[in-house]
Amino acid sequence: MNAVANYNFAYLDEQTKRMIRRAILKAVAIPGYQVPFSSREMPMPYGWGTGGVQVTASIIGPDDVLKVIDQGADDTTNAVSIRAFFAKVAQVQTTTHTAEATIIQTRHRIPERKLEAGQILVYQVPIPEPLRFLEPRETETRKMHALEEYGLMHVKLYEDIARHGRIATTYAYPVKVEGRYVMDPSPTPKFDNPKMHRSEALQLFGAGREHRIYAVPPHTDVVSLDFEDHPFEIQHFEHPCALCGAEQVYLDEVILDDRGGHMYVCSDTDHCEERREAGHVGVLGMQEAAE
Amino acid sequence: MYVAVKGGEAAIANAHRLLADRRRGDRSVPALRLDQIVEQLGLAVDRAMGEGSLYDRELAALALLQARGDLIEAIFLVRAYRTTLPRFGYSEPIDTGAMKIERRISATFKDLPGGQMLGPTFDYTHRLLDPSIVGEDAEVPAVREAEDEQAPRVTDLLGRQGLIEPDGEAGEDHEVGDLTREPLDFPLDRDLRLQALARGDEGFLLALGYSTQRGYGRTHPFVGEIRIGEVEVEFDIPELGFAVSLGRVRVTECQMVNQFKGSAKIPPQFTRGYGLVFGQAERKAMAMSLVDRALRAKEFGEDITAPAQDEEFVISHSDNVQATGFVEHLKLPHYVDFQAELDLIRRMRAEHEARAEQQEATE
Repeated sequence: MNAVANYNFAYLDEQTKRMIRRAILKAVAIPGYQVPFSSREMPMPYGWGTGGVQVTASIIGPDDVLKVIDQGADDTTNAVSIRAFFAKVAQVQTTTHTAEATIIQTRHRIPERKLEAGQILVYQVPIPEPLRFLEPRETETRKMHALEEYGLMHVKLYEDIARHGRIATTYAYPVKVEGRYVMDPSPTPKFDNPKMHRSEALQLFGAGREHRIYAVPPHTDVVSLDFEDHPFEIQHFEHPCALCGAEQVYLDEVILDDRGGHMYVCSDTDHCEERREAGHVGVLGMQEAAE
Repeated sequence: MYVAVKGGEAAIANAHRLLADRRRGDRSVPALRLDQIVEQLGLAVDRAMGEGSLYDRELAALALLQARGDLIEAIFLVRAYRTTLPRFGYSEPIDTGAMKIERRISATFKDLPGGQMLGPTFDYTHRLLDPSIVGEDAEVPAVREAEDEQAPRVTDLLGRQGLIEPDGEAGEDHEVGDLTREPLDFPLDRDLRLQALARGDEGFLLALGYSTQRGYGRTHPFVGEIRIGEVEVEFDIPELGFAVSLGRVRVTECQMVNQFKGSAKIPPQFTRGYGLVFGQAERKAMAMSLVDRALRAKEFGEDITAPAQDEEFVISHSDNVQATGFVEHLKLPHYVDFQAELDLIRRMRAEHEARAEQQEATE
C-alpha cells in the first residue's frame, strides 16, 4: 500500500489531463458554452473547488506560479488548503501577489488589480447553469441554450424590478458572452462583472460536481443582463477601506463589537497589503498611528 | 481592534493534529487492526466498497478506520483513491447464475431448484442486545461449508415460459457506458442508470424505494430472488485470445418481479427491477431494484408522477460523495456574497422606511 503515495505531477493522470484539456479547448472555442467533461473524484470534497482544482491541475506546468484566493483573500482556510495541495503534488512556486501569478484559482472574487495577457484566472463554480433555478432540468436548460431562448431569465429580472424596484441579484449575476450564451460568472459579487469584459487574461471555469467546464477567452465581450430603463450597476461602498483607504474596491464588513460597531476593509487582501506597503493609510491606520 | 484572519495554515495543521488524536482515542485501549475491521465489521466494509466502487476489503477497512467509522467519509476516501488508478479495461459480464451461493431466497416460489438458503442473515433474529458476544472468548459455533449445488436464477425459470421479460438487451452496437469516464448525459440508458444506482447512497435509495411502496410511483413488486455469494471475474486478454479469471468477488443480487398489464405492443408479462451491489448489501440491492423498476416507467408508457420515477432527479442526487460535498461546502466562507446581500437589504429597508415616513407625512 506504499504505492498509494505515488501520484502523478499535479495529481491527475495524464489521460485525465488530456481529457480535461480537450474540454478546455472546446470551451475556449465556444465562449460561454458549458462543455460536459468527465469530472473525477478529487481528494477534496465536491463543492469545495474540485472543478477549479481539476482545471488548474490540467493546465499547470513546473514553471507556473500559482495564487489561490477564496473570498478575495489568500489566507482563508480553503485557499490555504488548495495552495498547499498544489505545492505538494506539483511542487510549483506559489505566491500571494496577483502580479506575479501565472495561474490564479479563485472562489467568489476577481482580484482588484487588472489582470494581464498571459495570466489565467480559474474560477471554482458550484452551479454552472445560469438557468438552473428557473428550470431545474438539464434536458430543458440545454435546449434553451441551444435555441438561445433566454426569455425566462429576462422575465425573472423583470419580476425583480416589479417587486423590489430593482434587480435583486447581487452575486452570480448573469452575463451574456460574445452576444451568444448566457453564462453564470460563478458566485462573484456583481461588482466584479465589469472586470470580465474584454479582460486580457484567459478565464476558465470549472464545476466538478456538475461536470462542466466553460471559458471566456481574452478580449471577449461579457455583458451583464439588464434593461434600458434599469441599467446594470455595481455595488458602491460609502466608506473607503479602513486599513488602506482604497475606494472603488470591494469591501468586507467586519463586526467589531456587539453594539453595532463595524468597519469595512478590502476583500482583496493582497491589494490591501500592497497599498499599505506603498504608504496608503485608512482611517483605522491613522488612529493606530495616533495611539 | 480588527485582527486579520491570519494563520489559516497553522490552524489547519493544528486541527488535523487534534483529529488524529481523537481518531486514536484513549491510548490505553488497543488500536484496531485492519483485519479486525475486515472480519468483524464486514458489512460496514462492504458498504464502503460498494458505494466507493472499489472492491478491496482491506482498503475499505483502512478508510473506515481513518474516517473514525463515518461511512460517507470512508466512501469518499475510497473513491478519491480509486480515481487515481489506471484503467486496464473492462471485465466480462459476471455470471450470477453460476454464483457460489451463501444465501438465496425467493418470495415468489415456496420451493425451487437449488432450494432456499437463509445464509448469514439478520432476518428472524430477535433484536435483543446480546452482551454475550462481547469479549475475546465468546463461543461461536462453527458451521459447515455449503456444498455446491446448481441454483438457476428464478427469472430464468420464469423466462422459459415467457411470463417475464427477458434480461435487458442493449443491442449489438451498444457499447456499455462508464459513468466514471464520461459525463452523464440525460436521458440515460439503463446501463448507466444501473451504474449510478449501484454506487448510490443506500439511505437515499432506501427512502425512494420505500416511497414507491407507499404509492408514489407504485410498481407492485415481489422479490423474485435475492442471492449473495461469490462470482468469478473474468478478463479478456487480447494477446491470449481468451478470458482468464482474475479472482472472485462477493456480490448481492436482487431480482424484483413486478406486475405489468401489457400494452398494444407487448403481451401481459412480468417486468423486472434489478439490483447488484458489491459485498453483502441486501437492503441496498433491494432498494436499488425498486428504484430501477420505477425509473423504467417511460419504457412501459407509465405515467411519471413520483420522484422515484424521475431519472434526472434520482440520479443527480443519489451520489452521497457529491451530496455531502455540496451540502457541507455551505460552511466555507461566503462573506463576499453575504456582503452583497447585506448591502441590498439595507438599501431596500432604507427605501421602505423612507416610503413609510412619506406616507405618514401625507396622512
